[in-house]
Amino acid sequence: MRAADALCEALNAEGVKHVFGIPGGASLPLYDALYDASFEHVQVRHEQAAGHAAEGYAKASGKVGVAFATSGPGATNLVTAIADAHMDSVPTVFITGQVRTDLIGTDGFQEADVTGITMPIVKHSFLVTDPAQIPDYIHKAFHIAKSGRPGPVLVDIPQDLSRMEIDYEPITGAPKLPGYQPNTEGNIKQIRIAAKALANSRRPVLYAGGGVINADASEELRELAASDRFPVTCTLMGLGAFPAPDEQWLGMLGMHGTRTANYSMDEADLIVAIGARFDDRITGKLSEFAPRAKFVHIDIDPAEISKNVPAHIPIVGDVKKVLPKLTGEYRALAADSSRLDEWWRRIEGWREQYPLHYEDTTDQEIKPQRMVEEMYRATGGDAIITSDVGQHQMWAAQYYHFAKPRRWLNSGGLGTMGFGLPAAIGAKVAMPDEQVVCLAGDGSLIMVCQEFATAAANDLDVKVFLMNNGHFGMVRQWQELFWDERYKSVEMGPSPDWVKLAEAFGWTGILCDSKDELAGAMKSALETEGPVLLDVRVTPNENCYPMIPAGAAARDMVG
Amino acid sequence: MAESGTQDLLDLDELRAENGLTGRRHLLSLLVENRPGVLARIAGLFSRRGFNIDTLAVGPTEDPDISRVTLTVDGAVHPIDQVTKQLHKLVNVIKIRDMEPDKTVAREMALFRINAAADNRAEIIEFTQIFRAHIVDVSRRSITVEVTGTTEKIDSFERMVRPHGLIEMARTGEVAIVRARPES
Ligand SMILES: Cc1ncc(C[n+]2csc(CCOP(=O)(O)OP(=O)(O)O)c2C)c(N)n1
Ligand SMILES: [Mg+2]
Repeated sequence: MRAADALCEALNAEGVKHVFGIPGGASLPLYDALYDASFEHVQVRHEQAAGHAAEGYAKASGKVGVAFATSGPGATNLVTAIADAHMDSVPTVFITGQVRTDLIGTDGFQEADVTGITMPIVKHSFLVTDPAQIPDYIHKAFHIAKSGRPGPVLVDIPQDLSRMEIDYEPITGAPKLPGYQPNTEGNIKQIRIAAKALANSRRPVLYAGGGVINADASEELRELAASDRFPVTCTLMGLGAFPAPDEQWLGMLGMHGTRTANYSMDEADLIVAIGARFDDRITGKLSEFAPRAKFVHIDIDPAEISKNVPAHIPIVGDVKKVLPKLTGEYRALAADSSRLDEWWRRIEGWREQYPLHYEDTTDQEIKPQRMVEEMYRATGGDAIITSDVGQHQMWAAQYYHFAKPRRWLNSGGLGTMGFGLPAAIGAKVAMPDEQVVCLAGDGSLIMVCQEFATAAANDLDVKVFLMNNGHFGMVRQWQELFWDERYKSVEMGPSPDWVKLAEAFGWTGILCDSKDELAGAMKSALETEGPVLLDVRVTPNENCYPMIPAGAAARDMVG
Repeated sequence: MAESGTQDLLDLDELRAENGLTGRRHLLSLLVENRPGVLARIAGLFSRRGFNIDTLAVGPTEDPDISRVTLTVDGAVHPIDQVTKQLHKLVNVIKIRDMEPDKTVAREMALFRINAAADNRAEIIEFTQIFRAHIVDVSRRSITVEVTGTTEKIDSFERMVRPHGLIEMARTGEVAIVRARPES
């Protein structure tokens, strides 16, 4: 069998239903094989979008997302998406064509050392040197991408090798990877100590991150929280891991988190970090982060434990397996719940004193927060929401109360503008029956607006709700607050005419610039068949609050 | 270790977390898959995470599919635990051993080309004998000496000959192996 066909067989054996990509010279043999493949190839309009679509696909469905690109510029266009998938631990496989083996190292046409370029941003990579390796490498790539702490794996295939004939035999069984054995169980002794620490804590907080979603462990998190009214906060990546409208929910923590969540971390005596990594957007000033707390840290990646914040009780394991054990051990201790009464009184006090708030207008001007609230109502709080990066992302995190996992797809670690639309495309391909809405920023959307064509060509019913504030709003906010209002290169100006742009791509375009019409405009956007762009003109200079200024402590929240 | 469900208390104040700094030099012995790019991954990891490699030696092992990478890292500057955990994440790294000094045989080899005019030639030859080193090359102006031993021994040889005019030095970095337990 031709190696390229064996590649497709291997992908098929891994259960692949969709891949995203753009062909080119070095990947011609691969595309010739895709011609006959049993799965679907979604042709995007820029390789970065193929990568983000693969991420959206993976985040929404839990399955491995796959993207194809040709050598050189095709592969380098993937780099941002690979870095994004690395930062947010998204199970993805990137397959790139490479120049012929006799050209490698000669600066051949469209040659780029993509395995070298991506080395620091992949979980692993394979450069094929013998066509017979291809099925095995694909098998390994999928295994590595989805097991342990998920992440991106790159397979680079020289053009001449993918055209060669090989003996293909379907591979069964676990791949042989002597240096790769993630520990998933969690040490029971450590788990018992953690249970005791919880039983002896008077001011505990459960701090959950994207790892809980990756592990499909929301149910298990809820069980632990329910075992004793433990207060719960989630990171930006963890939103949806715990149902937002809940008694025990403190709101998101971190730079634009709630005061309640951040103050709770600040005063906690025990913090249980679950699939979270103490990013600087969470900790703020490290030396003043949660100064009274001891830390239990549960993570499948041992290197995350004590990386930023030293753990008192480290537990390496899959949170899906560790949490039920911790809950069981904790329940067995029959701790006295009333010890938490005082803590809850304190938390309730913050909740009452510092709810999320904004001042709505008295005229028809649309406040951006209002737009998200309206969006929450219009979608019944149950859509898959993707976003770009900026203020709109933070407002979505604050005001769209995610109740379920895999409903909030955004770029947290890398903060990649332009993530939203291609991720929505990927999510829609994965979950055709779900409502998928991209909450876009005007600065971000224009970076990827060529993807309107992808949605139109593939009949993908995605909705884009554009929060049009005419600015790189988040940067404008920083210039206002921390750079003496010396505004530089943050205005977007009046162009483009988004409705016309959408229509040019075959989308429906709707403009909304008055508050009274917002609910109706959203309703009709959601009800209109096919892709729709809703251009919502919001207050141009609203700031996103509350906020921990960069490098400050939770106590110093402003706004 | 207490059993499940026992009521004995645990005082949160008694919990300790370690900052990971050991204050000493660590010799890490890695078994890695013998394939292209593995060293680049290791070196890249160190530079990306801001860890410094003090010495590095790479070579084959008894198994042709496996290479050994021996490197030394300053545990006073870098949390060694974090270094080894990051290394473990590399799929091609099979095994890592943080060698315990008193259970390890470690050796380094070095070549020194030393100024050896007539008036100090004798002294250098004497040093060479004292250090049980070998003269491997001689010219009218210089002597080249091969020294094998612990890093400390090589350091002190260097200190001895430097005043005489050290023209060039090449060191391999340490390699190490676990000391066999004495037969009982
Ligand atoms: C690719 C990329 N370039 C630059 C930035 C820096 N940046 C962060 S937020 C932002 C502005 C985003 O503008 P917009 O999408 O309109 O969102 P808004 O903040 O206005 O809601 C910029 C430029 C980034 N995060 N990503
Ligand atoms: Mg904007």
